[in-house]
Amino acid sequence: MTPVPPPPARLRHAAAYLPAAAVLLAVLCLLSLAFGSRAVPIAQVADALFDRAGADPQIEAIVWNVRMPRTAAGLLVGAALGLAGALMQGLTRNPLADPGLLGVSAGASFAIVLAVAAFGASTAPTNLIWYAFAGALAGAVSVHLLGGLGRGGATPVKTALAGIAVTFLLGSFTSALVLRSPLALDRFRFWAAGSLTSADAATLWQVTPLLAAAAVLALATAPALNSLALGEDVAVALGRRVGLIRLRATLAITVLAGTAVAVAGPIVFIGLVTPHLARMVTGPDHRRILALTLLGAPSLLIAADVLGRVVARPEEIQAGIVVAFLGGPFFIALARRRRLAEM
Amino acid sequence: MTAIRAEGLTLAYDDRTVVSDLDLQIPPGRVTVVVGANACGKSTLLRALARLMRPVHGAVLLDGRAIHSLPTRQVARQVGILPQAPVAPEGISVLDLVGRGRSPHQTWWRQWSTADEQAVAAALAATGMTDLAHRPVDELSGGQRQRAWIAMAVAQQTPVLLLDEPTTYLDLAHQVDVLDLVTDLNRRDGRTVVMVLHDLNQACRYADHLVVMRDGRIAAEGDPAAVVTAELVTEVFGLDCRVVPDPVTATPMVIPLSRHHPARAVTA
Repeated sequence: MTPVPPPPARLRHAAAYLPAAAVLLAVLCLLSLAFGSRAVPIAQVADALFDRAGADPQIEAIVWNVRMPRTAAGLLVGAALGLAGALMQGLTRNPLADPGLLGVSAGASFAIVLAVAAFGASTAPTNLIWYAFAGALAGAVSVHLLGGLGRGGATPVKTALAGIAVTFLLGSFTSALVLRSPLALDRFRFWAAGSLTSADAATLWQVTPLLAAAAVLALATAPALNSLALGEDVAVALGRRVGLIRLRATLAITVLAGTAVAVAGPIVFIGLVTPHLARMVTGPDHRRILALTLLGAPSLLIAADVLGRVVARPEEIQAGIVVAFLGGPFFIALARRRRLAEM
Repeated sequence: MTAIRAEGLTLAYDDRTVVSDLDLQIPPGRVTVVVGANACGKSTLLRALARLMRPVHGAVLLDGRAIHSLPTRQVARQVGILPQAPVAPEGISVLDLVGRGRSPHQTWWRQWSTADEQAVAAALAATGMTDLAHRPVDELSGGQRQRAWIAMAVAQQTPVLLLDEPTTYLDLAHQVDVLDLVTDLNRRDGRTVVMVLHDLNQACRYADHLVVMRDGRIAAEGDPAAVVTAELVTEVFGLDCRVVPDPVTATPMVIPLSRHHPARAVTA
């Protein structure tokens, strides 16, 4: 039997991408602790990090109470949005899938605002998460149903259009509610564009186990997505239970995107862009795409957040706006690609 | 050896019945070819044999047990199917595609084993794709691409292999190439092969057992030489023809007649 020839060097070296992405993420986390709208010398940041008792108390407070939770929020929210986007793209075989574009984030935002403004729910993020899950699921399902109407079923472009329609519709409902309720308005200011500054450390600790469980579920679904990528018939022929894959992935997407919205608001494009960048490096294997997205998406979000802090000093631009500013052109380039409809 | 048969099989899309009350025994270790006019239910039958479609009545029996009641992974180790004109994800390499055929043999705690490695190497060698292993599937020619997909189904190592029009979109040379490859898989490994083909003459050449379908029922089945007559072709396809022995294989060869080429022009 002829042995399979070894892969070309380009592919062998691609194995180094995960450690490289981990290093990049670590560096960006350090930058996120070091840079802010108030310029603090690196040495003092290091003091505050490693010698809390001896550091300037004001600097110590900035680093530990402001920048640390903000960085952690970037890690959690970025990873959650990236994985949710990669799962949605794999599940729907739609390169335009993203929780921010397919109604998931809009549904979660609307549910949160509805709960706060209409039913007087507590605005603690851990309470809001449950409304976010329900809204995320409802948003995703309605876009899926709407996109599948008419001849030819759910094509990528039709689903994206349905997603944009649902996002605008829910967005206008959300605005209407917010303008009538000062409490929701106060809360909503953060969600409007997406920001990493609203979550405190206690909240982040509470959502971490939930996100970790959803991330494990997402990664465990990767081999099944590899089969599904060959078409539904081939996936069944390979012994996959397609309904079960959909259910598992939808559960993971709901928890990941819902939590991300409850913590940081509807940040778009992270879930769209990162899996595409990851796929360029890894090729079409979902196990690798998801693993790299898990490291790459928080890198992107934290980088955007840091950028937003330094470009407009002493003011700040919210991370969600920076991401949208950078992600928009990427989205257009993607939508213009010829082979889009065939994916 | 895995035995597969259909019993009282009725198949429908919504309320449109496509196959009705069909009984079929697939001869183990042989090549069975299903032919028939467009929309006669031949592809639907093949999908049902692979449990891609749930029967309205009757059942497909795998070693005597209803295929729909068996765990799908267990079925995937016994029956492989290559659907018509499958689409590969952008940028996937031949090796990755063929490797994905191994998934029914893998579990989440054991993703890749020596057995997987050997099965993939053997499938690539059997289909002549070893040298193209690292090439992206979307850069291959139509014939090579179909070989890559067949390699994926071969790597699944199922005793039964179902192929839905494996020669679609291929030029004549590549059609012969793919059919020879399928014959190799049958003769060398003793796999049971069931395929749907459009070309009657190819069907007669490559089939040990020919199943001729008409309107969701079996019009005739058996050895092509015994089955294919001018009367049958007229009845099933609504085509007047002569049937002569293939000069190379001596299997039946169908020569169509037409308004512009009536029978009197032919000397038998």
